[in-house]
Amino acid sequence: MSPTTWGWLVLAFPLAGVLVNAFGWRAMSGRTAGWIGTAAIGLAFACSIGALVALLGHTESDREITSSLWTYASAAGLDIKLGILVDPLSVFMILVVSGVSTLIHLYSVAYLDSDRGYARYFSYLNFFVFSMLLLVLAGNFVLLIVGWAFVGFASYALISFWYRRHTATKAGMKAFVINVIGDVGLVLATFFIFRDLGTFDYGAVFSSAQQAFHTNQGVVIAICLLLLVGAFAKSAQLPLHTWLPDAMEGPTPVSALIHAATMVTAGVYLIARTHVLFELAPTAADISAFIGLATLIFAATCALAVTDLKRIIAYSTISQIGYMVVGVSIGAYAAGMFQLMTHAFFKALLFMAAGSVISAVAGTQNIDRMGGLRKAMPVTWRLMTIGALALAAFPFTSGFFSKDEILGYAIHRGGFYVIFAIGGYAAALLTAFYAFRIIFRVFWGEPVPGARELEQGHLAHAPPENPLTGEKEDTDVGFPGEEHHIAELEKPMWLAMSVLGFLSIFGGFVEIPGLDDVVENFLAGSFLNSSLYENLPSVAADWRGLALGGAMSIIGVALAYQVYVRRPGTSAALIRRFGPVHGFLFNKWYFDELYDAVVYRPLIATGRFANTVVERVVVQGVVTGVVDLVRGVGVVVRGAQSGFVRAYALLLIGGFAALGLYFLIASQ
Amino acid sequence: MTVTWYVVLSAVLFAIGAGGVLIRRSPLVILLCLELMLNAGNLALVAFSRAHGNAEGQVFALIVMVVAACEVVIGLGLIVAMFRRRLPLNVDEMRGLKG
Repeated sequence: MSPTTWGWLVLAFPLAGVLVNAFGWRAMSGRTAGWIGTAAIGLAFACSIGALVALLGHTESDREITSSLWTYASAAGLDIKLGILVDPLSVFMILVVSGVSTLIHLYSVAYLDSDRGYARYFSYLNFFVFSMLLLVLAGNFVLLIVGWAFVGFASYALISFWYRRHTATKAGMKAFVINVIGDVGLVLATFFIFRDLGTFDYGAVFSSAQQAFHTNQGVVIAICLLLLVGAFAKSAQLPLHTWLPDAMEGPTPVSALIHAATMVTAGVYLIARTHVLFELAPTAADISAFIGLATLIFAATCALAVTDLKRIIAYSTISQIGYMVVGVSIGAYAAGMFQLMTHAFFKALLFMAAGSVISAVAGTQNIDRMGGLRKAMPVTWRLMTIGALALAAFPFTSGFFSKDEILGYAIHRGGFYVIFAIGGYAAALLTAFYAFRIIFRVFWGEPVPGARELEQGHLAHAPPENPLTGEKEDTDVGFPGEEHHIAELEKPMWLAMSVLGFLSIFGGFVEIPGLDDVVENFLAGSFLNSSLYENLPSVAADWRGLALGGAMSIIGVALAYQVYVRRPGTSAALIRRFGPVHGFLFNKWYFDELYDAVVYRPLIATGRFANTVVERVVVQGVVTGVVDLVRGVGVVVRGAQSGFVRAYALLLIGGFAALGLYFLIASQ
Repeated sequence: MTVTWYVVLSAVLFAIGAGGVLIRRSPLVILLCLELMLNAGNLALVAFSRAHGNAEGQVFALIVMVVAACEVVIGLGLIVAMFRRRLPLNVDEMRGLKG
């Protein structure tokens, strides 16, 4: 079969999963819906491998294969096809997306077991994966926007999956609104592209762009900046990042899906996909890289202070995506995409482990109320440590090869690009520190009551409450189910986490500088006309970058060990000593408060003004004025309706007589 | 004889009818006066038709008779209905339809 046939199958299976679960849920019992969902994505992954094999059968310069099912719109120079593009970049993405999503589905089969919305959950989850696959397989900008918007909707549906929990519905709305801002940017960029190039098709756009535009022409910069708005909203980069930490309101596997496989990587993919345009607009690419750098440092500092387990990992995602954005913006495409892959492995693992931990302490998410879980949860502990090692880019884990390759490339490009390397290494130190802050706070120290109970083999089920506000809840549909599930007791969770744990350690071995470079050689087919792709640092320079990153990681872990294990009081002392700094970081640099003051409150005030003045006074005034006028005239005219038939007859006859007289006189 | 006399007679009959409609209170007499007005109109139509040598006016007169017959049917029907419900046969007291 041709690669595109496999590509269509990759899209077909998740869509079938959505439909089966959405319409057939009445007939399903137990975990059926979960297994159907998992099988759908698993088949999509199998087809992705099929696409990979089929693509490898083509020669290296002929690996951009398009296919179209039908014409979507055809009018006045507009020719949009429902077409997909299968090339090394999209195959790489569908492999990562469907592969990691399969494991997340597998984990969810057990994790969501007692939830009343079980089939709905898997229907949404399949739809999310379908949307993301559509986004990465799209062969033109229109289909890209369709997938882009589907992803936005799916994230909304899943973040507010527990729809009776008002913090969750609010978080869903926030994510949706910020994503729509990004959609607007993407749509506007597409308009510009169509105006100047007359086509939406990737191949045609990228081949004609080099003739139509010259470097740093205004319109190319505008297109790239608008694309960045879209990319940053999806990838949660400054200043559109605020939805991502709030998205933690969704079920934990959803967080894993959003952060690891789908959604946030879309922005990175978009920049890599449109690299032709970004190379024509180096200014926009540099802006993007600087925003990525700012984001990765900002998010790393936030992750130091936040105490919500899932939000720490969320900030680490923002930070890691920042690395990817820096990578694909400065031209380290292969390294950026490689980081996307390894990040998908260890971030999904971290979230799954976090979900297991949260279940073990009866739904609490605050790490202040965790501790000493090492003995109670040996599997989760080991796997989460693996995830944290990979996140910290500890030597020879997967994160080590990917992150430090980006930074090595930044050094290699020289000039001011060295700034990215310096900032990146500094943040790498913070990353290692906060990654092990999680491990040491959760698994070391004095065991909490829940941990002690679990050591006796009993999993505590506290009365259900909102982990954020402490409000009382029930376990009916719209709220989390009553049971908790941990990896130690559930085979599907254990299996999914183990596979990811394996990949988190060994996934990096596919791209050892100077040894195999699998990812780099494979992706080269999508970056054939990129001047930056070939300009790679030497193997020795790569290894120097890796060594420096490894050192940073070891120092960070050692520091965390010192602060949280050797001298447990240190962190409290530091908080007392640097209270304002801690408050600043704890409140995430006051970004939410800033938006509250700058955007939210003025809008609410405008709305209130429109309601009280425009609506109540102007609009209602006009309406009631007209009504009163009609009624007043009616009162006057009503007097004529006396009910005397003879009076009517007099008026009639008198009127005719008067008319007759008038015409008689007028005709003279 | 010119058409004038016929038209004058028609005008007089019409004025008598109109005056009756305005002055009398009994619905039966009002109906009679209406009939008088219609026939005054008929007279004028027929007179003009004859004077101009055109038969269309006579056709109109026939149509007016048909309309008048219908009107009488309804009008008498109403009067009978009023009588059977023991309502006063006085149009000034039938004034439920006021604004």
